[in-house]
Amino acid sequence: MELIYSRTKTIQEDKVSGFCPGCMHGTVMKLIGEVIDELGIIEKTACVLGIGCCGLQMDYMAYDNATAPHGRACAVATGLKRTNPDTLVFTYQGDGDLASIGLAETMSAANRGENITVIFINNGIYGMTGGQMAPTTLVGMKASTAPFGRNAKDHGYPMHMCEILNQLTAPAYLVRTSCNNPQNVMKTKNAIKKAFKNQLEGKGFSMVEIVTSCPTNWGLDPLKCLDYIEEKMLPEYPLGVIRDR
Amino acid sequence: MARVFMKGTEAIAEAAVRTGCRFFAGYPITPQNEIPEYFSRRLPEVGGVFVQGESEVASVSMVYGAASGGTRSMTSSSSPGISLKSEGISYCAAARIPMVYVNVSRGGPGVGSIQPAQMDYLQATKASGNGGFRMRVFAPASVQEAVDMTYKAFDVADQYRRPVLILIDGVVGTMMEPVELPPMKSDEEVAAMKEAKKAWTLTGHKLDYAHRAWIQPGNWSTKVMQSDSEEDAALYKSWQKEAEAEEFMLDDAEVVLTGYGISARIGKSAVKILRAEGIKAGLIRAKTVYPFPYEAYDHINYKKVKGILDIEMSIPALFVEDVQVAVKDRAPISTCLCSGGNIMTREAVLTAARKIMEAK
Ligand SMILES: Cc1ncc(C[n+]2csc(CCOP(=O)(O)OP(=O)(O)O)c2C)c(N)n1
Ligand code: SF4
Ligand SMILES: [Mg+2]
Repeated sequence: MELIYSRTKTIQEDKVSGFCPGCMHGTVMKLIGEVIDELGIIEKTACVLGIGCCGLQMDYMAYDNATAPHGRACAVATGLKRTNPDTLVFTYQGDGDLASIGLAETMSAANRGENITVIFINNGIYGMTGGQMAPTTLVGMKASTAPFGRNAKDHGYPMHMCEILNQLTAPAYLVRTSCNNPQNVMKTKNAIKKAFKNQLEGKGFSMVEIVTSCPTNWGLDPLKCLDYIEEKMLPEYPLGVIRDR
Repeated sequence: MARVFMKGTEAIAEAAVRTGCRFFAGYPITPQNEIPEYFSRRLPEVGGVFVQGESEVASVSMVYGAASGGTRSMTSSSSPGISLKSEGISYCAAARIPMVYVNVSRGGPGVGSIQPAQMDYLQATKASGNGGFRMRVFAPASVQEAVDMTYKAFDVADQYRRPVLILIDGVVGTMMEPVELPPMKSDEEVAAMKEAKKAWTLTGHKLDYAHRAWIQPGNWSTKVMQSDSEEDAALYKSWQKEAEAEEFMLDDAEVVLTGYGISARIGKSAVKILRAEGIKAGLIRAKTVYPFPYEAYDHINYKKVKGILDIEMSIPALFVEDVQVAVKDRAPISTCLCSGGNIMTREAVLTAARKIMEAK
């Protein structure tokens, strides 16, 4: 029989993922692995991990990786990429990491046009620490530190990182995708591939924001999460290419 | 070797370049701005990279990244900025990343004063970040020593894969002195140092799970964490034999002045004057403050000594706590202090030393 599908080599064979069942972090890992395999760049790839559930991949992917201090992934990637321009350097960060504690590092790396790729997992919540409110939490959405739901008067509004970075001149590629259906999964993979290629071509800062679910802390089963993304998250976070130059 | 007239901060930067530092990131703060400024023009000449970070927090993380890629890397700041760097320093210590940083310390706490002080002693030697790690800390008292120690600090950092701190005050940082610069390492030597780290650095590896680079500033396994801590503790203990001190006219000393950095240098000049007056004074100057040179204090002649004088530009006195541990109640200890950016005067030291000798 002809082999038409196999696990991406960039995921270690003997390891299991630490993500909760139905979590889209796992989907994105698979896509990143496939892109690295298809581009044939494993020998020159390094990942800088944020702090959060993204860290659950560190024992499981096959590429070089380092864990940055919470929020500082873009700064760590800056130092690494500037001194090793031939290495493909990407960060993998959650929304608490990238958009709250790491806002300055994210904005500044984007503003300098660092030739790095940022994979940004927007699940609207602090997953790892147990469901606290994130800068991306929807108005009305409950979180363990917003038990009555986020209210705009006290907590402000969700932050749209692609649009915020789009105010800067330097970034090359800003795109928002999701993984809530097969079509969007394919679009996410293409976006990641393009963002990696941009870096290989020296185009500068690329960010792929991926709207994902956190079944555990949203308190919804994985299938209901897909509906929640479609009905609630995507109206707030419209998908598409925000910047491509 | 080239003999030149240089400012402390710039001499440190030049020494770093000469020993192969090819990445610097920092954020402006007085009195150390000459370090980033010097690197910003010098590093491009040697194929290195300078980045002005958006904060101290970001700058030290950039150094963590560059050093994780195998490049000799440095950052610098002054007291309040050093507090912000503690996050990245702790990560480097945990992940075993070699890097060198400089604290040109100023008056504190808080934003404090921009003038020289020695008020960061406890932070530098006991807790430069969370997690109980230790670091080699050099405390130069002259521009020459700052150069020599910086040159050596990068070797020490690479040898042990740990962060190393150069602790100076605004006096050593801003004064100009003649200095012999160490030799410039060739591009080949610099490249070879980077290549030698290849096994663990984050530059990409073959698709071989066992040998990928994995920079871990922590671990899910408490078992691994404990064995790492035990390894660390053994390493810290082994450093004790590398403690360094200057001992000056100690043999027959009846009053022993002690301190580190500029205070101790002022103390040494006071010893010479006291000797000329017929007072048998001596000095112990800590050149490394971690490990602390406890042993030097065993060389004091406790049958003769009337008192020990701790000289510090810090109120309350901080260095004195280690002196107490070293002296073990064998002689009384008094202090000569100033703080908040006031510089120690030789007159104050002389007065305090004479007082010890006058006491019954
Ligand atoms: C300095 C610091 N502050 C707080 C934490 C605790 N912490 C760990 S993960 C996390 C939030 C992660 O949320 P997010 O970035 O959205 O990632 P997710 O887990 O949702 O994928 C926090 C606050 C930490 N590790 N370090
Ligand atoms: S807590 Fe949420 S984000 Fe984290 S692994 Fe579980 S489902 Fe995924
Ligand atoms: Mg999150």
